[in-house]
Amino acid sequence: MSALPGAPLTPTLSRKREREQEGEEVVASAEEGEAVVASAEEGEAVVASAEEGEAVVASAEEGEAVVASAEYSLSRLRERVGVRAGTLLAALAICILAPLLNLFVPQGSVFHMSDYAVALVAKIMCYAICALAMDLIWGYTGILSLGHGVFFALGGYAMGMYLMRQIGRDGNYQSDLPDFMVFLDWKKLPWHWAVSDSFFATLLLIVLVPGLLAFVFGFFAFRSRIKGVYFSIITQAMTFATMLLFFRNETGFGGNNGFTDFKRVLGIAIAKPSTRMTLFVITGLTLIGFFLFARWLVASKFGRVLQAIRDAESRVMFTGYDPLRYKLTIWVISAVMCGVAGALYVPQVGIINPSEMSPAASIEIAIWTAVGGRASLIGPIVGAFFVNGAKSWFTQAFPEFWLYFLGALFIAVTLFLPQGIIGLLRRSTKKEERA
Amino acid sequence: MAQGENDARAAAIAQVASSGDARAQEFFQSLLDDAVKTSGDKVFIVRDGKAQDAATGNAATLPDNADDVVNSNRMRREIEAALASLKLLSPDTAERAAAVKELRDGADESKLPMIEKAYAAEKDAKLKSALGLLRAGVLISSTDKAKRLDAAKSLADSHEPATKTLLLERLKPDAETEADVRAQLQMALSALESRLAWGERLGVVFTGASLGSILLLVALGLAITYGLMGVINMAHGELMMIGAYATYMVQNIFKAYVPGFFDFYIVASIPAAFLASALVGAAMERSVIRFLYGRPLETLLATWGISLVLMQGVRSIFGAQNVQVENPSWLSGGVQALSNLTLPFNRIAIIVFAALVLGGLAFMVARTRLGLFVRCVTQNRPMAACMGVNTAKVDTYAFALGSGIAGLAGCALSQVGNVGPDLGQGYIVDSFMVVVLGGVGQLAGTVYAALGLGILNKLLEGWTGAVLAKIMVLVFIVVFIQKRPQGLFAMKGRSAEA
Repeated sequence: MSALPGAPLTPTLSRKREREQEGEEVVASAEEGEAVVASAEEGEAVVASAEEGEAVVASAEEGEAVVASAEYSLSRLRERVGVRAGTLLAALAICILAPLLNLFVPQGSVFHMSDYAVALVAKIMCYAICALAMDLIWGYTGILSLGHGVFFALGGYAMGMYLMRQIGRDGNYQSDLPDFMVFLDWKKLPWHWAVSDSFFATLLLIVLVPGLLAFVFGFFAFRSRIKGVYFSIITQAMTFATMLLFFRNETGFGGNNGFTDFKRVLGIAIAKPSTRMTLFVITGLTLIGFFLFARWLVASKFGRVLQAIRDAESRVMFTGYDPLRYKLTIWVISAVMCGVAGALYVPQVGIINPSEMSPAASIEIAIWTAVGGRASLIGPIVGAFFVNGAKSWFTQAFPEFWLYFLGALFIAVTLFLPQGIIGLLRRSTKKEERA
Repeated sequence: MAQGENDARAAAIAQVASSGDARAQEFFQSLLDDAVKTSGDKVFIVRDGKAQDAATGNAATLPDNADDVVNSNRMRREIEAALASLKLLSPDTAERAAAVKELRDGADESKLPMIEKAYAAEKDAKLKSALGLLRAGVLISSTDKAKRLDAAKSLADSHEPATKTLLLERLKPDAETEADVRAQLQMALSALESRLAWGERLGVVFTGASLGSILLLVALGLAITYGLMGVINMAHGELMMIGAYATYMVQNIFKAYVPGFFDFYIVASIPAAFLASALVGAAMERSVIRFLYGRPLETLLATWGISLVLMQGVRSIFGAQNVQVENPSWLSGGVQALSNLTLPFNRIAIIVFAALVLGGLAFMVARTRLGLFVRCVTQNRPMAACMGVNTAKVDTYAFALGSGIAGLAGCALSQVGNVGPDLGQGYIVDSFMVVVLGGVGQLAGTVYAALGLGILNKLLEGWTGAVLAKIMVLVFIVVFIQKRPQGLFAMKGRSAEA
């Protein structure tokens, strides 16, 4: 829309109205989900059902023939409560079961989970956090970022610096300095490695570095009211510039090769199965934690303002809200989530290099979110698992067809599945109910 | 000359060289070609299995015990320089010019008589001044102070970067002790440096303009698809790649069927590249993009998907390796504008080509019926439709036009860079930067932005190195957009959503 500034308002308005209706539908269904969970946790089914009723009315406005009777919605509610609580329990169970199945079930048993599968799931869980972060900023606030790969990689590099220092003198050159510095003939650590020895400081860096970059970048961008495609393109420029910077040896992050060959974390060998499992469980819990946090966030007043900004920013502004603060806050939160995901990713995958910052990697995060379903919280997680699962299967079975599949997925999702997989599932359950 | 110790041989060679004997040239050449053999005190030149007595020039039979003459690297240098100084007197101008060039590196005082002789005999003005410089270069390390002073004066007229090295060498504290000669040398150096600086500055402007013209070609297509139609075409780079591969195929067809006209394949490949990309673009528009008008973020994702498919498609057909696209002979080489500035023909051709494409496109948008339709659909789609414009058709044509221009850019790029499946990826970020910086929906803005970015990039490159320059340009753009979100040339409008 912003691409055609001179265009008169009429078509814009009508198109916007369409979009708002879609938006309302999404908001409504999100509320619905909220209500369900609220009741599951607190048992106040009556209040919840009232909200649920509202939601149904909202969707009825679009011409969906839904009978808005309280009893009906109550019964559906119970059904949904089961589904939601079940999903959460299942996630927790995977989190705990997977390590058990890997460590204590003997190899060869049907229930044994291979190391490969564990590593894959761990990696995808990190991606899922990214997709969730992307959903908050894109699905709920309507800002498409093509720079989330940078935040992910920055968190990863912060962790990587610590892991590099943990190698100690066990590197190829038996030096106090990381191998690549010896190779570049550096005599002492550069200034930005000053705190890399401390685990606590590293944890701070993981949050602060992506957060700070996002804050500065976001502050200037949102203050100048850069939106829509412009914002996407300048985030891409930022991504590209950062990638070039990290490719340089002089930057002090290992250039092309990045960091690898990690030996231990907190003094414990990193390759030990128990360490890997601990990391796995931490990642899983972080994902669940972020999911719950995001759910609380989008249901709060703050979250509703975000969705209002997505649907009609000018109106929000005219109503007296300052979109800058809201956008900036969610932008920073989203960046920090990506940073944490990156920090969890690096010790488990064992390498971080500037290719994580390539513009393509950032676009991939967007596609996980789009495939799963924007503006639903479970969607991006499903999307991350679906796309990356497909990727690891394709790249083994038909390596040359993976890009065809990914490309077709991009096209199909944007053309036929604007609500993603979750939207598809919802539509089919609605149909069943109608029948 | 063929036997004995190196030093003695060198002296002999110098002596023969200054005599200017015509037969000496042949002998030196034979020495360099390892075609000289010795037996006792007789020396033979062996060519095509026939031996010849070097001293008399008469045919002779080669004795069985003949030894090869072995030349050390030092001897080779001596012989080469001697040969060059002989060639200074050759009747062929080109050979003389080549000899001057060769001697520039290896001249010392032993060659001076030959240089003097050639200088006196030379008629060609350019060569004469080159010889003068050569003489000065030799004389400047002479033991005679007056000669050195004289040489320093004449060196001030030089245009050669090599002279600068020579002067700097002589200006070292222990090399030149006389104060007035030093002053003269210093003057010569500063005169030379200011002259060379011009060459460097022009060089930066030229490479900047060259990069700018490439950016312009790349961005012009985007200016239509993105600027006029609002489609974020991430597959734009891949459309360029298709244009480059079309050029490659035309080249192969010419090579296989009409090798005589190989030099003109590029002329045929221009329309081929345009058509190939335009067809792919039209197919894209019909099948995917037309469902996504007004939703720029969705077009971004869908076209990214298309770009992946196109890239993989090209990999499946042509392989993942880069393919070889040769320059036609009239595009290789360059014109020497200044002593330290050579303008390659292919770069010049691209600048001209970009200007032609720009002119053609501007004409098309401003003066033709299609251009009129494109503009009116852009401004007010429903109203255009009411007036009887087939908007869907106009969309397709406009998108095909933008894609075709991407194909032309690919055709141009094939002449200066590698052609591979990843060709487009390197340009996609840059080209969006150009369009955004220039202002969306503006051809003029695109032109200024492309040339400006090209020259800025090259200026910074000379100062900080390529990667940092690129980063600085990107940061500059990000900051610039903060200040002027609408780009250099914003369209004036009253929309609240702008």
